[in-house]
Amino acid sequence: MRQDTIAPPRVETEAWTRRHLLDADDLTRDEIELLMKTTEAMTEVLGRDVPRVPALRGRTIITLFYEASTRTRASFELAGKALGADVINVAASGSSVEKGESLIDTVRTLQAVGADLLVMRHGSSGAPYLVARHVHAAVVNAGDGWHAHPTQALLDLYTIRSKLGDVRGRKVVIVGDIAHSRVARSNIWALTTMGAEVTLCAPPTLLPAGLRPNDTPNTRGSGSQPDVPEALAMPPVHVETNFDIAIDGADVVMTLRLQKERMSGGLLPSSREYATLYQLTEQRLAKARTGALVMHPGPINEGVEIAPSVATSLQSVIEEQVTNGVAVRMAVLYLLCRGKSG
Amino acid sequence: MTSLAIRGGHVIDPANGVDAIADVLIESGRITAVGQDAGNDTSETIDATGLVVSPGFVDIHTHLREPGFEHKETIESGTMAAARGGFTTVCAMPNTEPPIDTAAGVEFIIRRAAETGSVRVLPIACVTRGRAGKELADLAELAQAGAIAFSDDGSPVADANLMRRALEYASVLGAPIIDHSEDPALAAGGVTHEGWVSTRLGLRGIPAAAEETMVARDIALAAATGSHVHLAHISTAGSVELVRQAKARGLPVTAEVTPHHLALTHEEVLGSGEAPGGLTYETNAKVNPPLRTPEDVAACVAGLLDGTIDCIATDHAPHAIQDKLCEFDHAAMGISGLETALSLCLTALPLETAIERLTTAPVHTLALDARLPGLGTLGVGAPADIAIIDPNAEWTVEPELFASKGKNTPLAGRTLKGRVKATIYAGQVVGS
Amino acid sequence: MTGHTVLSADDIRRAVRRIAHEIVERNHGIAGVVLVGMRTRGVPLAQRLAGAIAEFEHETVPVGALDIGLYRDDINSQQLRSRIGPSDLPNDIEGRTVVLVDDVLYTGRSIRAALDALADFGRPGQIQLAVLVDRGHRQLPIRADYVGKNIPTSIHEKVEVLLEETDGDDEVRIVRPEGEV
Repeated sequence: MRQDTIAPPRVETEAWTRRHLLDADDLTRDEIELLMKTTEAMTEVLGRDVPRVPALRGRTIITLFYEASTRTRASFELAGKALGADVINVAASGSSVEKGESLIDTVRTLQAVGADLLVMRHGSSGAPYLVARHVHAAVVNAGDGWHAHPTQALLDLYTIRSKLGDVRGRKVVIVGDIAHSRVARSNIWALTTMGAEVTLCAPPTLLPAGLRPNDTPNTRGSGSQPDVPEALAMPPVHVETNFDIAIDGADVVMTLRLQKERMSGGLLPSSREYATLYQLTEQRLAKARTGALVMHPGPINEGVEIAPSVATSLQSVIEEQVTNGVAVRMAVLYLLCRGKSG
Repeated sequence: MTSLAIRGGHVIDPANGVDAIADVLIESGRITAVGQDAGNDTSETIDATGLVVSPGFVDIHTHLREPGFEHKETIESGTMAAARGGFTTVCAMPNTEPPIDTAAGVEFIIRRAAETGSVRVLPIACVTRGRAGKELADLAELAQAGAIAFSDDGSPVADANLMRRALEYASVLGAPIIDHSEDPALAAGGVTHEGWVSTRLGLRGIPAAAEETMVARDIALAAATGSHVHLAHISTAGSVELVRQAKARGLPVTAEVTPHHLALTHEEVLGSGEAPGGLTYETNAKVNPPLRTPEDVAACVAGLLDGTIDCIATDHAPHAIQDKLCEFDHAAMGISGLETALSLCLTALPLETAIERLTTAPVHTLALDARLPGLGTLGVGAPADIAIIDPNAEWTVEPELFASKGKNTPLAGRTLKGRVKATIYAGQVVGS
Repeated sequence: MTGHTVLSADDIRRAVRRIAHEIVERNHGIAGVVLVGMRTRGVPLAQRLAGAIAEFEHETVPVGALDIGLYRDDINSQQLRSRIGPSDLPNDIEGRTVVLVDDVLYTGRSIRAALDALADFGRPGQIQLAVLVDRGHRQLPIRADYVGKNIPTSIHEKVEVLLEETDGDDEVRIVRPEGEV
């Protein structure tokens, strides 16, 4: 046993007090550190022959996914079961939702059935916030529209830290469809809170209002617009539309999935042009720091966001993101179910 | 004959330049005298000491929802709400089900208003058949049946050629075209103002340009045809500037603004910060055109003060609870505004200006006094439509107590100043 | 808070030596013995025991660390007072003699959780328990095999164990919150 696994002196005051996890935007450094530390414990559990602990025995977790997803839902299901909870998956299609039941009626029914915690994915931004106002159960946002995906940001952060240590001062480039990406938004919050330097890289049509190159200082986020409440606007980030410039010296390159729908509505001429300008190729990766991490939340569009050789290279931590995802979600479920307000 | 005297109030009648303590005498539903000791021997008296006596407000943009959406509002409930808000005349938008695009539809509105309405209802008819934006409705017949203006409100008349023809055709009917200026392609799918709030919330935005491109188009068509186009609910600084330039050129363009666009910004959608997660996604603040930036609000206020914007119109848009109690993307757009209109205006404007822009200005904008002489004024012979206001009364907005079926307002729980104490329509007290 | 010392640094040192001898004596040597310290302070105690055993037996006993955070049954009263961390056990505890090491034995619930946790790692041949302090007030039928000192306490009192590795000093104190008789 390593000498350094002796834990530091007990600190009595730290406890998780949040009822829900809706986004990473208002998580404090301490809360994020607690999540990271708890994830370490969960990683050890998952490494056992029998990756099970009884911590959430007797709790009922229901996943309610209005958008299809294989990996995220399976990840949450495994996480809940590893903690001994009962996990039920509800897909919105083929249920009473198709018959026109409202979101609020649906979640109230699930609560009545005995859900202690709801894991929700929904196509409309803000849906889990509405649900959290109308149920007693805890709500974990597994992705709402374009808005937030906090567990993805936490597992991304955990993955980066497991490879690079402290992210303070590290340069993280997020490249892809920023405007429509809940992964990007939640990552911006988590990374800036932990002191990383974030650069967004996309064509102007895929950058959100306030973060486009031609936006006036008035339309940018906090700091430039005097009457934008600091706490509410997006945190300060760099924006660079040229990928070759943006990637220079990066410690982490986080590529985002490009959805096919973006080709319509004039956002992009073609995925071929996108790949020419924004694909993470070996040449581009060479401009980043040596050993820079290559990340992608999945699923990858073959030949669009990342060159195949880069996706499978030693610098790619894409698979670890998935593995860490289960441990991070275990930590989230544990803290929400066992915290003071639970 | 029945007579009513309103005594001792501070009479503000902008059309006639009256701003003094005076009595108002009403006989047989008309104003017969305004002045000191105007009526000493009346059947009824209202003591208006310490209160303001104003012409009843005229709303040229209201959605009464009947026929077809009676769960949201009816002519009965909507006119009751109007009365509570000090409005004695409302112009009903035709985006009902079926839409008002036939003489029979216009007659239905007039009849229902006579049967169930608390205040005067003037019908607006569709510009195009079925509001589909493809063919002109029978505009002359509609005007003949009683329509005072035409609008496809809810939608623009997107086809520029059709709008041009509508303007030309309607030019001789004495009823202007009111356009909901919004480019459908630019606005498509948007649910809130495109800006830092929509970015923060991950919502699809409606850019200011969606309104401004259409405003510019409508102004150009007004220039081309010489016909009056009235721009409904303008909301952006850019639109205000375009209208200012159009008026400087002497074009027949008028514009209205809603109370909420004079006072509220897109930050309303964020909520107060007390909701779980700190974000409310407040559907009661979801409206079209959306609430915009503080700069846009300031420009609208300035535009109203300098006459660029002609008048205030509520765009009262009631909805049923379930239409707002859902995901932001799916929530209906609209604010139930009749009962908070005056108070909200008073947060941005002096009382005299608010009264002027709610009474004689809208009447003048749509030339309603051609049909109803004296409307919006307290002149002798004018209809006895009066609002009695306590400008200092503080009150808390409780939507459950609204007369309107629409409880959808972002102002719930807020304390506002200024309240209508009594409303008189055609010489009768209404709305209590 | 008022308090008094019940074990000095020397007392602790002597108790550790004695327990180390008792472990070896009871198990007839150290073959198949594994010391598993319970986080947090059970871990340095386990390491000290291993050190003492190495001194007089000239052989090393494997040492592991067990975090029982995920096995607690008293969650609603204790809440998340401490962070949970990873456990770190030697690869194989199958059939071995596991000596759990903790600083204070009180209600016995921590030990019950530790037994559950160990069961998830394997099936030891035997489990024994060594504690520095037994303060009484058991709520479960659990007893220690090796005890540094028996200290009867009232439930209003708190037993504070300080160890050099974690707190900079060696001392065991009983503390009574102010205002209580």
